[in-house]
Amino acid sequence: MTDTPIIMHEQQFQKLRLILGKLRLESFSRVVFLVDKNGQQIATHGDVGDLDTTSLASLAAGNVAATGGMARLIGEKEFPTLSHEGERESIHICIIGRVLLVVVFDERSSLGLVKLRVKQASRDLSNLFDELERLAAERREREEALFAEITDDDIDSLFS
Amino acid sequence: MTFINYASREINCKIVYYGPGLCGKTTNLQYIYDTTAPTAKGKLISLATETDRTLFFDFMPLELGTVRGFKTRFHLYTVPGQVFYDASRKLILKGVDGVVFVADSQDERMDANIESLYNLEENLQANGYDLVKIPYVLQLNKRDLPNVIPAEEMVAELRRKDEPVHEAIAAKGNGVFDTLKSVAKQVLTELRKS
Repeated sequence: MTDTPIIMHEQQFQKLRLILGKLRLESFSRVVFLVDKNGQQIATHGDVGDLDTTSLASLAAGNVAATGGMARLIGEKEFPTLSHEGERESIHICIIGRVLLVVVFDERSSLGLVKLRVKQASRDLSNLFDELERLAAERREREEALFAEITDDDIDSLFS
Repeated sequence: MTFINYASREINCKIVYYGPGLCGKTTNLQYIYDTTAPTAKGKLISLATETDRTLFFDFMPLELGTVRGFKTRFHLYTVPGQVFYDASRKLILKGVDGVVFVADSQDERMDANIESLYNLEENLQANGYDLVKIPYVLQLNKRDLPNVIPAEEMVAELRRKDEPVHEAIAAKGNGVFDTLKSVAKQVLTELRKS
């Protein structure tokens, strides 16, 4: 079954950034991403620097998709969390419904602390995405009108 | 599945290049990457074997411009074409907004084209999509080789609906952007309709 689109408005986006900001501070992590399972980056918070966040989002989704395939082969629904430990930086990924919470951390934090804070944040994120879905259904008519205004010339101008 | 961010005014869409092994999917993406301005593209990520065969996927983000105040970004993916990577192909199709089928025009690869097209239909169905309904373009690649099947015959064999068909020589860039524009237009038009 195909997913319904994720439609993000300003108010929910700010709530999302607050949740991610709180998670980053309380987990002492370097950067926190929210990515949808298709590889689209939804939001970021933290010291991104020159990190290629678009590629990281796509690869995180690919990583989860690949390990999800492995999980199903052995009779599991999915692996809800994935952790990768590096020499200096590590990554922890948590699946929350149709999105992935990706936390990049270094020696200032620990996997145990990150897992604890991620568990707390995932409840808030779940509630927020439930709210998004509810609002999307209510606002669908207005949003359709916005995109209905897009003309053939608008689309053609992208390629001129 | 298009991701629309009203807060940051962005539309993000996913296009997947599909086809049999060595048909030119990665070559399409490499040409697009090499000829696109740095400000309009991200990195080209290639998860490949030591012999440069796609192992999991290639990925490249592309920014096309602004429409009605919304930045339009396309995420281009290729799948691994070799037959035994079917599990990976199914995963990469998840959330797709538009598909390009790259067919290898060489006579001896026609069976592989047909098998791959059938595989595409199966994997789309497994992900809840219908090839008849989604934005879709057929590219006939490698038109410069000596042993190619006439385009009309390829169309008769491979065309599934009234999808646009583009002849291409991806290694030289011929037809690559026409194909991309064609599928991107369909995706945006579909967004407008839906």
